[in-house]
Amino acid sequence: MKAFAYAKAPDLAAALAAIEDPGTSVIAGGTEMVNWLKEGIATPERLVDINGLPLDGIDARPEGLRLGALARMSDAAPVVAAEYPVLAESLLCAASPQLRNMASLGGNLLQRTRCPYFRAEVLLPCNKRAPGSGCAARHGETRTQAIFGWSDACVATHPSDFAVALAALDATVIIVGPRGERTVPVTGFYRLPGDDPTVETVLAPDELVTAIDVPAGPHTRASHYLKVRERASYEFAMVAVAAALAHDGGVVTDARLALGGVAARPWRLDRTEAALRGVSLDDTEALRAAVAASFAEARPLAGNAFKVKLAQRATLRALTTAGSRGMVAS
Amino acid sequence: MRFDEESEVTLRVNGEDHVIHLESRMTLLDALRDRLGLTGTKKGCDGGECGACTVHVGGRRVLACMTLAVSLADADIATIEGMAVDGGLGPIQRAFLDNDAFQCGYCTPGQVMSAAALIAEGHAGSAREIREWMSGNICRCAAYPQIVAAVAEAAGALGRTVNVTEPAP
Ligand SMILES: Cc1cc2nc3c(=O)[nH]c(=O)nc-3n(C[C@H](O)[C@H](O)[C@H](O)COP(=O)(O)OP(=O)(O)OC[C@H]3O[C@@H](n4cnc5c(N)ncnc54)[C@H](O)[C@@H]3O)c2cc1C
Ligand code: SF4
Ligand code: FES
Ligand code: FES
Repeated sequence: MKAFAYAKAPDLAAALAAIEDPGTSVIAGGTEMVNWLKEGIATPERLVDINGLPLDGIDARPEGLRLGALARMSDAAPVVAAEYPVLAESLLCAASPQLRNMASLGGNLLQRTRCPYFRAEVLLPCNKRAPGSGCAARHGETRTQAIFGWSDACVATHPSDFAVALAALDATVIIVGPRGERTVPVTGFYRLPGDDPTVETVLAPDELVTAIDVPAGPHTRASHYLKVRERASYEFAMVAVAAALAHDGGVVTDARLALGGVAARPWRLDRTEAALRGVSLDDTEALRAAVAASFAEARPLAGNAFKVKLAQRATLRALTTAGSRGMVAS
Repeated sequence: MRFDEESEVTLRVNGEDHVIHLESRMTLLDALRDRLGLTGTKKGCDGGECGACTVHVGGRRVLACMTLAVSLADADIATIEGMAVDGGLGPIQRAFLDNDAFQCGYCTPGQVMSAAALIAEGHAGSAREIREWMSGNICRCAAYPQIVAAVAEAAGALGRTVNVTEPAP
């Protein structure tokens, strides 16, 4: 690990002033950053520890949730479990108890891909690690890679479970920087790779995430996060589905669906959401057809065509489970 | 705010203060093992994946390999060395021994620290719950069934009821 200088920021202004210097990086829970420092993925000259800032609130209000960027995954989950099961499930099926005690919600959104070439201990062609070096995954091991929104420059997926659940609930990210405060929807927070996969989010290097807002609504209770993975626990998603529904006696009035493990950002299923309106949750054939509507544009890679089917089946199951919860008429 | 590449830090480990001079890049795991001689905490993967380095900071189980030691001034750190009771085995250690919950023993300090936290968190309600909440601790020798039994027994000894007859998922 390269040496770096460390300081704990006493307040937000000091933290923001520190990151105006491009050689300075932020550390919160450190569960990503410490690995990047060890692997040489990040080589900052200075590291500013933001854990002293008062950004760890977890506030449940009638109009919705405000989750501080420094709230820990393990602390947020129980508070949101009753009214926002999809959020609690996305948090509790991620990482391990030890990691969840450390990991902050802001850091979770800003984790980077688990693409094995990107994380390799030896330097392999990877446009994220070394811009212009190529993408070893494009014609390599593609099992865990994207089926939507990829480019020849990068086919990686984003690994956050929480971000997928937030995307389904139309959550927004509160960002502060030298130009003031701004709010970005989680669905617009991540960038698709295009020609430059090094820029992964719309967060500028001199900005901090301070909080996440999740609007309340009749759909948040009838919600579910289904994570399909290669072992029963403590594993990243192969495919994941966040589903939230409002229904009237079992007839869908409002559906929100986002997929994880399939793209560089949480992937909302807009067409399916539209097609589900008016469909009865008992009508499996109609549900299946509505789900399929979003997969015409799927572009699987050589080794992950199975994800197209897997994602549709997982979506169907997540919808059914969500529908069985919190029978709330809208 | 001053940025330092090295500094003097007081680490409070198992109730005892240790003043050490360290580089900012030193992890808590390396500080414990190499600077304080507390080698009970193990280094398995050094990458946040195996749980062998599990310790408690402020009463919560965390990974020492993912924690910068410099960030822990003023924090209460507990390691496996602090689990002994009156110089003998504590109840969780005793349960691991009685249940054959290890073979090589390399993962055991992390398992015991995780188990202590799990019981305190109230996650020892059933064998299934124990399995899920111990999932951050990998055992290369695969002593998993015995580990679950040990954690259940320790939870019982510590006054928590456990439904161990519940079938595997
Ligand atoms: C073995 C392992 C398994 C895991 N499994 C899962 C899983 O199944 N699902 C899942 O979703 N995640 C998983 N994770 C990822 C884990 O959830 C993240 O590492 C964690 O959430 C990151 O949060 P942190 O506070 O530790 O971030 P840090 O490591 O402190 O920071 C990560 C990044 O975010 C930036 N950052 C942090 N906070 C802010 C802020 N407020 N404003 C601006 N920038 C900020 C940092 O500068 C850095 O770039 C796993 C991690 C490990 C090590
Ligand atoms: S998919 Fe993206 S992260 Fe993986 S090797 Fe290609 S460029 Fe790198
Ligand atoms: S050594 Fe820390 S998790 Fe493996
Ligand atoms: S007893 Fe050998 S690794 Fe667990």
